[in-house]
Amino acid sequence: MAKKLITVTVNGNKIEQAVEPRTLLIHFLRENLNLTGAHIGCDTSHCGACTVDIDGQSVKSCTHLAVQCDGSEVVTVEGLADKGVLHAVQDAFYKEHGLQCGFCTPGMLVRAYRLLQDNVNPSEEQIRAGMAGNLCRCTGYQNIVKAVRHAAKTLQTAKQAVAA
Amino acid sequence: MIPSVFEYHAPSTVSEALSLLGQYGDGAKLLAGGHSLLPMMKLRFAEPAHLIDLNKIRELSGIREEGGVIKIGAMTSETALIDSALLQKKIPLLVEAASLIADPQVRNRGTIGGDITHGDPGNDHPAITIALDAKFILVGPKGERTVAAGDFFLGTYMTDLQPEEILKEIHIKPFAPKTGSAYCKLKRKTGDFATAAAAVVLQMSGDVVSSARITLTNVGPIALHAQAAEQALVGKPLTDASIAAAAAAAMAICDPAEDLRGNIEYKTAMAGEMTKRAIRLAATRCK
Ligand SMILES: Cc1cc2nc3c(=O)[nH]c(=O)nc-3n(C[C@H](O)[C@H](O)[C@H](O)COP(=O)(O)OP(=O)(O)OC[C@H]3O[C@@H](n4cnc5c(N)ncnc54)[C@H](O)[C@@H]3O)c2cc1C
Ligand code: FES
Ligand code: FES
Repeated sequence: MAKKLITVTVNGNKIEQAVEPRTLLIHFLRENLNLTGAHIGCDTSHCGACTVDIDGQSVKSCTHLAVQCDGSEVVTVEGLADKGVLHAVQDAFYKEHGLQCGFCTPGMLVRAYRLLQDNVNPSEEQIRAGMAGNLCRCTGYQNIVKAVRHAAKTLQTAKQAVAA
Repeated sequence: MIPSVFEYHAPSTVSEALSLLGQYGDGAKLLAGGHSLLPMMKLRFAEPAHLIDLNKIRELSGIREEGGVIKIGAMTSETALIDSALLQKKIPLLVEAASLIADPQVRNRGTIGGDITHGDPGNDHPAITIALDAKFILVGPKGERTVAAGDFFLGTYMTDLQPEEILKEIHIKPFAPKTGSAYCKLKRKTGDFATAAAAVVLQMSGDVVSSARITLTNVGPIALHAQAAEQALVGKPLTDASIAAAAAAAMAICDPAEDLRGNIEYKTAMAGEMTKRAIRLAATRCK
């Protein structure tokens, strides 16, 4: 089958590559671009370990074709830190012990990153509902909720500081 | 995990998509949100030779009110339904149901049109659209035709949609003032299909039910319209006895498949329970 040339911006870098139409975005990111933060935890679109941000929305990249990303902006966990400074969600997962094995963490972080842009001050219930597409075997979720809250506070404080 | 090879097409208009469908016939599949189709392709349950992606067709998404009808493009995502101020105000049942579908990521991609045309009895939109007496606008090589939601679902994964047709829009009348509605869905966890679910749209005049629509999800080969249950309510005051009669009538038409969600008796009983809860909740919202 003929490959298709796509242009996609990943973590701010413009990438042009020919892809087979059946290539899943998760495989394109991991195998073609060597961005191996996003993981694969299932083949039924449930676990969310593959979550990335496409054009401002959280998407399970195992259920999206790379060829569909032509012209899109994709953010993966590797794109969250800014010049080596952790993003608030990364710092908060670290501080609140929101990870153990770390396998779900890239998907959790990228989902939390978007959740906190859609809702700057989510309640515990909204965090649990908002993170419901991401499974974790290790943490029991409690510390993930704390981490997302922690990140929300950090982001709000930062915003107030800029406004002042 | 690995789908078979296929050729990919991304038309930007409905007419282009129709001509591709005509050209590739049975070997082609339309790709909407991809959250039912790609999972099936990854397990090789489906192996289309051509995928026609509808995501670049602007005219297929969006929600607007026109001539007293709410018109929803087939490619409108679940997230867009939930976020729509128009739907929150005028068809809240659709918003309530969409927020019980799948999870945030899936709702960003899954479309109302894909949920309807997939024809899976586990999907929630079939029962919801029947409860709302929605009309589906189908477009094919010979033009458009309109099918009522109640006539569209024919069997498991079987609908009235013809292979050369595309579902373009869903038309729904806004709720009249004082209409109450509810969708009660029993599920094992977030993102699971219903063990049983009931949709209810009610109107009351005083204590008396003046109109009722009741539909059921995942307790038959297709979404079920519980007309006898409606008749058990209409024209009578809403009482424990009339609610129980409606639930019994709903249970009488259940024909669920036995699976990991439970056996026939359990699912049927739960359809009755969801019907009771949805009627009570809808009644409290009739204001
Ligand atoms: C983890 C998970 C949980 C889920 N839970 C639920 C749930 O609780 N309730 C629920 O209802 N659904 C659920 N779904 C299904 C999900 O909402 C699907 O997205 C939906 O069933 C199909 O919509 P789609 O836009 O993704 O369609 P696709 O997967 O792209 O297409 C599905 C089928 O419809 C056809 N089609 C699509 N659009 C059109 C059109 N406009 N005209 C003609 N044919 C068309 C396609 O050719 C294909 O055959 C779940 C999915 C996942 C992955
Ligand atoms: S790998 Fe599990 S949802 Fe994508
Ligand atoms: S930290 Fe191990 S799966 Fe979440």
